[in-house]
Amino acid sequence: MSILNIQKDHSRFREIVRGKIKQNLRKYITKGELIGRKGKDTVTVPVPQIEIPRFRFGSQQQGGVGQGDGDVGDQVQPGDPEDGEPGKAGKDSGEHGMDVDVNLSDLAAILGEELELPRIQPRGLDKIHTTRERYIGIRSVGPESLRHFRRTYKQALLRQISSGIYNPKDPIIIPVRDDKRYRSWKTESLPHSNAVIIYMMDVSGSMGDEQKEIVRIESFWIDTWLRSQYDGIESRYIIHDAIAREVDRDTFFHTRESGGTMISSAYKLCADMIEKEYPVSEWNIYPFHFSDGDNWSVDDTLECVRILKERVLTQSNLFCYGQVESPYGSGQFIKDLREHFSGEETVITSEIKNKDGIVQSIKDFLGKGR
Amino acid sequence: MKMLSLPPYLRELQIEIEGHARRYGLDFFDTVFEMVDYQRMNEVASYGGFPVRYPHWRFGMEYDRMAKSFSYGLHKIYELVINNDPCYAYLLEGNSTTEQKMVMAHVYGHCDFFKSNQWFAPTNRKMMDQMANHGARVRRYMDKYGVDEVESFLDVCLSLDNLIDRHSPYVQRAPMTRVVEEEDAAVIEAPKLIAGRSYMERYVNPGDVIEKERQRLEAEQTHLEGKFPVEPVLDVASFLARNAPLKKWQEDVMNIVIAEAYYFAPQGMTKIMNEGWASYWHSIIMTRHSLNDSEIIDFAETHSATMAVSPGGINPYKIGIELFRDIEDRWDRGRFGKEYDECQDLDEKLHWNRHLGLGREKIFQVRRIHNDVTFLDEFLTPEFCWRQKLFTFEYNKKRQGFEIFSKDFKEIKNKLLAQLTNFGQPFIYVEEANYANRGELLLWHRHDSVDLDQRWGRETLSNIYKVWSRPVHLRTLIENKKRLWTHDGKEFRDSPFE
Repeated sequence: MSILNIQKDHSRFREIVRGKIKQNLRKYITKGELIGRKGKDTVTVPVPQIEIPRFRFGSQQQGGVGQGDGDVGDQVQPGDPEDGEPGKAGKDSGEHGMDVDVNLSDLAAILGEELELPRIQPRGLDKIHTTRERYIGIRSVGPESLRHFRRTYKQALLRQISSGIYNPKDPIIIPVRDDKRYRSWKTESLPHSNAVIIYMMDVSGSMGDEQKEIVRIESFWIDTWLRSQYDGIESRYIIHDAIAREVDRDTFFHTRESGGTMISSAYKLCADMIEKEYPVSEWNIYPFHFSDGDNWSVDDTLECVRILKERVLTQSNLFCYGQVESPYGSGQFIKDLREHFSGEETVITSEIKNKDGIVQSIKDFLGKGR
Repeated sequence: MKMLSLPPYLRELQIEIEGHARRYGLDFFDTVFEMVDYQRMNEVASYGGFPVRYPHWRFGMEYDRMAKSFSYGLHKIYELVINNDPCYAYLLEGNSTTEQKMVMAHVYGHCDFFKSNQWFAPTNRKMMDQMANHGARVRRYMDKYGVDEVESFLDVCLSLDNLIDRHSPYVQRAPMTRVVEEEDAAVIEAPKLIAGRSYMERYVNPGDVIEKERQRLEAEQTHLEGKFPVEPVLDVASFLARNAPLKKWQEDVMNIVIAEAYYFAPQGMTKIMNEGWASYWHSIIMTRHSLNDSEIIDFAETHSATMAVSPGGINPYKIGIELFRDIEDRWDRGRFGKEYDECQDLDEKLHWNRHLGLGREKIFQVRRIHNDVTFLDEFLTPEFCWRQKLFTFEYNKKRQGFEIFSKDFKEIKNKLLAQLTNFGQPFIYVEEANYANRGELLLWHRHDSVDLDQRWGRETLSNIYKVWSRPVHLRTLIENKKRLWTHDGKEFRDSPFE
């Protein structure tokens, strides 16, 4: 009984945490607070003000009594007061909050609710299957290890009562061979959907740290959301200036080159990657491209459009282009794309002026439910 | 509550240890041990020892925290004992037999303390039942008025549960409800001196003086009549429960929270003594009787881990046990009283021995009548502070950190006492329930050297507003300037106060 008690209170607590996270989601997104707090399946979220407020002393004037070696003037680190105020906020932190671990899937669900993102209908749903065994049936033969005790007992009881050998004063139930019941399994085939996200980023000189931070934050949330929508997710990273190459995640966010910008190089690499490794029949493909929109030449832009039309869009669920405003202003590329692909549902463009624009652009990208 | 029977070998040990405890004169309620796994231990601990308590998310939060720090190996609860008749104590499954023995001996120390210490005298010894009763009531309200409604009101009540008058169970306080005087009651008379002879009357009690005094008293009376409460009330929580415009169920929920706060208060008031006393007894019972040779190292390790000291604060187990031992030694050797105090010869003082042998008797007396504040006030000595290497630390603004400030006896004692007074909680009083004649509530923080934290204060005031449903104010000192914090339900204001 009491096990249930704590579970109830615990889930109530998780609910409250969830509410707080939802309330503050926009802040987490724009400030990038959750980046770097990601574990394997969980994110550590700093939740503001969940403790019950009480009048209490400011900590700095308080001081205290300690015990041990040391002379006047030696530095000490005050521990928790003896009755333990668990989770007391550090004296430097501006808010009294606590860190709570949240499942990535929960976080995605919160994101979905808050930004009103539709669930994605995966393509190729009925093409890919995995099988799974589930114990959902009962049968009268089977190995002893799968014997269903209660069913067997019931069956034996039933037989004994109906055959009149059941004695309520001495209620001994002895199952015979025919009474035994065993769990049985069924093999189910489940649709399985994979997705790959191909991130492309312009790392030419005009993309500063601020711009990269924005890309980083967005990619975190895009990852989180798509991960919740598909069973298996892969992420690939391509950086480009005048030439493109594939890199790992870390390099992706920390590289800065000084060259010019040839966007077509990245698209070409992306298209090659899709053709070689991600057959459209098995994969849901999401190319994302972030740039400040300053492409080298009009010719190259036309080349980009050609590659997109012929080799990328036909394969992808969605192609997203985010244009991050750099200190040198916002480039022409987004306008070109909009011009060439007006009315095309699988191309989404979004302009991100600063960190406050991240929320809107996530909504732009993922709000179509594709 | 479901009882799991103790494994037979532990049951035997329990009988043995209980026997030792009784022979030493410990006096306790029947003690029921229950063996639990760590999960259940964390669960029970997050309910403050009472698995039957009312539902509230903060217990879930506590559990979350404990389960996490347990799985990271940061903490482990060895024992948990509840002040109740019978005393319930939980043993952690998987502890070594040595540890279980030590915990049992320790528990008997606590049980004796619960039963014998006078500060625990007013506590409800059937608290397990009472808590279950509270739980049932709160659940009923939740069924009737909705979980969210009741839970958020509980949040508000809990915000006030440190604003109680920890001494009120032991003394008679003025009533907290407004007393309506009957119209023609008590014509005010000035007190007169006894003249003895009637012709002396007009000299001893001259008419004009008496009349003036009568008018003064009358004025005072009418002034007081308007004022409510007449004197500042420390038990803010109970004051609100009685005088705030609450619904019946809200009043009941608030009283539940208050009753539980009062139940737990003596444990806060005697933390050092209680732990010290229990440690003293586990140490005696273990080392003199219960340990066998192969266990001594394990015991020593566990015991010393419990007694670990840190420069960042005091360990109540350590200070408690050492102080009890010091008192025992002083009364055994007669190191007290006028003669000893006035002795100037340090060497003589060091080897002082009058062979009184009163130590054991004295500590039993001490555990009966003292609480942490009086315990330290009475028995802390300069020699003790020096031997135990106590010091005070303060915040150094230049260094942005805390540093050792002093090793002076007076400083240490003052700091310790200041920390313990009112359980380390600020003194907050209800000063005026009709502030500015607008039915607003004025609270007063009796400032003794430490300012309140404003962020926490703001939130708390907002919660008090929810109870009082009129603007609430708190007057306090911040950096030696008089301030008035106000919450009117919408926003918080911090303004200077004349």
